[in-house]
Amino acid sequence: MNKFWVGLFIVWPIAAILSCLISPAMGWWFPGNREAATQLGQQIDNLFFLILYIVTIAFIATHIALAYVLWHGCQNTQEKAWYTHGNHNLEVLWTIVPSGVLLFIALYQMDVWMQFRVEAAFPNEIQAAVREPIAEVTARQFEWRIRYPGIDPTTGHPKLLRPKPQPDDLYTVNDLHVPINRPVGIRLKSADVQHSFFVPGLRIKQDAVPGQVIPIWFEVMREQLDDDGNNIGYDLTCAELCGWGHYKMRGRVFAQTEEEFWIYLKKLHHEQFYDGVMKPANQSLIQKE
Amino acid sequence: MSTLNPASGVAVEHTEAHAHAEHHELSFLRKYIFSIDHKVIGVQFLFTTLFMLMVGGSLALGVRWQLARPWEFMPIFGSLKFSATGGQISPEFYTMLFTMHATVMIFLVIIPILAGAFGNFLIPLMVGADDMAFPTLNMLSYWFMVPAIFCFFISFLFGGGPAAGWTSYPVLSAIRDAAPGSGAAQTFWLLGVTFVGVSSMAGSVNYMTTIINMRAPGMTLFRMPLTIWSMLITAILQAFALPVLTAAGFMLLFDRFPFFGIHTTFFVPSGLVINNADPTVGGGQPLLWQHLFWFYSHPAVYIMLLPAMGMVSDMLSVHCRKPIFGYKPMAYSMAAIAGLGFIVWGHHMFISGMNPALGMTFMVSTMMIALPSAIKTFNWIGTIWGGKFQFNAIMLNCIAFVTLFIVGGLSGIFMAAVPVDIYIHDTYFIVAHFHYVLFGATLFGVFGAIHHWFPKMFGRTMNDTVGKIHFFFTFVGFNGTFFPMHMLGVAGMPRRYADPYIHPYLEHLLPLNQFITASAIVMGFAQILLLGNFFYSIFRGSKVGRNPWNANSLEWSTPSPPPHGNFDVPPVVYRGPYEYSSPLVSDRDYLMQTEYLSPEQEEDADSASSS
Repeated sequence: MNKFWVGLFIVWPIAAILSCLISPAMGWWFPGNREAATQLGQQIDNLFFLILYIVTIAFIATHIALAYVLWHGCQNTQEKAWYTHGNHNLEVLWTIVPSGVLLFIALYQMDVWMQFRVEAAFPNEIQAAVREPIAEVTARQFEWRIRYPGIDPTTGHPKLLRPKPQPDDLYTVNDLHVPINRPVGIRLKSADVQHSFFVPGLRIKQDAVPGQVIPIWFEVMREQLDDDGNNIGYDLTCAELCGWGHYKMRGRVFAQTEEEFWIYLKKLHHEQFYDGVMKPANQSLIQKE
Repeated sequence: MSTLNPASGVAVEHTEAHAHAEHHELSFLRKYIFSIDHKVIGVQFLFTTLFMLMVGGSLALGVRWQLARPWEFMPIFGSLKFSATGGQISPEFYTMLFTMHATVMIFLVIIPILAGAFGNFLIPLMVGADDMAFPTLNMLSYWFMVPAIFCFFISFLFGGGPAAGWTSYPVLSAIRDAAPGSGAAQTFWLLGVTFVGVSSMAGSVNYMTTIINMRAPGMTLFRMPLTIWSMLITAILQAFALPVLTAAGFMLLFDRFPFFGIHTTFFVPSGLVINNADPTVGGGQPLLWQHLFWFYSHPAVYIMLLPAMGMVSDMLSVHCRKPIFGYKPMAYSMAAIAGLGFIVWGHHMFISGMNPALGMTFMVSTMMIALPSAIKTFNWIGTIWGGKFQFNAIMLNCIAFVTLFIVGGLSGIFMAAVPVDIYIHDTYFIVAHFHYVLFGATLFGVFGAIHHWFPKMFGRTMNDTVGKIHFFFTFVGFNGTFFPMHMLGVAGMPRRYADPYIHPYLEHLLPLNQFITASAIVMGFAQILLLGNFFYSIFRGSKVGRNPWNANSLEWSTPSPPPHGNFDVPPVVYRGPYEYSSPLVSDRDYLMQTEYLSPEQEEDADSASSS
């Protein structure tokens, strides 16, 4: 039986590592088996892999040691076990080495976090994006309400988003469109309980806290296309328990070119202000493009 | 540093006086129900928590069933509560299932089985006291569990149970209309947690006093078994962290109800329209609850782990017939975990909207808490190194503790790193991580401890073969259940979803979830073996003497089970608890803490242990 039990403690770590190795092929890996569609997300993925490699080494090393001591312990034919109370040098060694590794991991992470959240450390273009958000997302049981600024009739361009709702603001539900290849800022709010804005494909997550407006930003690098080349958007989900319908807070984030985004806003404007009788006043805006 | 001889007259006189003191008959009620004997209270805790383990486990199987067969017939829960819909549960019932699974497992199983059952039973026996410092308070600590259990059960009657998760974040838990479970059910949940808190606090005051004041002569702090060290540190953690949770609980209660004309809004900001109710008034801050809650609940994670670490250290030493490797580093690292445990709570809140600069400080402290855990792991492997053992059920469960704790510890590094946590926060990666620690480490440690101290509790042993079969199926089922959850997390599957498959990027995870559920069912049913073995052995197990494992610590010098008052000879301690395979004795490989050796031999022992 000794062989069986030692075997169990050898086989299970091997099975664990094998299951990690086959995960990408089985689709049990990052969404769509693709790297993140934001640069920040790719850095997050790189940090994830860095930690994964470090812990895999630690996992294998400790389990080899464990298997070794188990095999020798259960086969021990000496009259008595080894009488020792420990080893000072070993204690020092295995205190200093892990603390160095852990400190390295901790310090190595700081930059990405600063880029994501610490406003004082933002580069100018990101500060501008956060100052002039393209939309306000308000989480609510159980949907995402999105408010875009209205369109300036003289220039045909979107206005700046005001903190307070304006009469010509544009609204959608569960359908966030953002321009591609530039940092975009979002004002994140909650209308009732706590929610969390989670876009797995972009590696973006931020809680929406009642009573607080939290700025987030991201820069999408590519559109999410299906096999036929249609833009199907990234999944938007809620990651903080918000009630019985938590699981169905399903939205989409469409990343598209700047022109497509403007056309989308103008279409939205048209739909929202078209009263069905008069010729839409701003139709010329759409045809202008 | 005592050199008292137990054969001297003083000690013998003591014994006689003691024998008189313990000779009084108690009624059945005082002896087994409202007992003030720490051993009876410990066993009461053990029975209660084992029952609750089954309750919490079946709630978990309900969660797993829904994830494997969403919106289909669910056995037991479905047929009892949802016969009108053909056994198909409702989404609010699903939120109730995982809320109560966590609540039952944390507040009614893990914390009371470690501190309540084993802490109560072992502390006086291991430090050489005849009972706890405050026996009546000790009895109350058990009986405060009863209103807690009552409150949790009664909360099922109102709106299907509390449904705000075990963390009960406001505003969901503060506004009565926010969710189907946020009404009276949430109130009873809060009362239940408060009663559990009273129970824990009564216990922790007792443990600290007993360990500090009632040690036997010669039992210096550094001759205490690591179990006692862990219980002492746990009790200190409880005593300092718990008042914060209790205060937060009362604040939330005052937010929910206008008691005596006080209607506070600690956690509720103004102007929220929840479920089409009137807009809220106030100016509270939901993050305040998170800070208060995690200020308790992060140390509570170590309350749920440290005693198991201590017990596993003791069991490994006994069954490997070896002194513990690095006794003092083990004790210091537990103290370090407890100290650091107070300054890492913010790692639950990296993406909560708190000041991002805090994220960096909390990341460094969280990373550093992995260090004492690593030191402990190396020392456990060092303890097994050069040992001489057979694989029995105890040994297997302890090795499982070590190997699964390694996984739980290493996966913790991912979420300690703030940027990575942006992605994996509130996904199944977290679920995998804390089950590896709380189930993989703590519960396997508890399974080992049940087998190890069962002879002392009941005077009989549990069947080792059944114990091994139970271990095998639990271990395989456990890894089949929780290891794939890491992959679910990396795939971005959020926690607490009644039906993740409505999201296109999660659709393909159904087969993996079904595999997890099948493994969970195997693991769940394997517990029948544990319970069967446990209860059968109470009556039919083979009888044992005082010291079936040839162990050193004080509890093995008493009869099995120990009588009221514990020790027939008041123990005097001459050495630490880990003198296994000592060269001082040639005829056997253990040297009990109470065994007297002549001063010359002691000198040899001192020089041997310091070399």
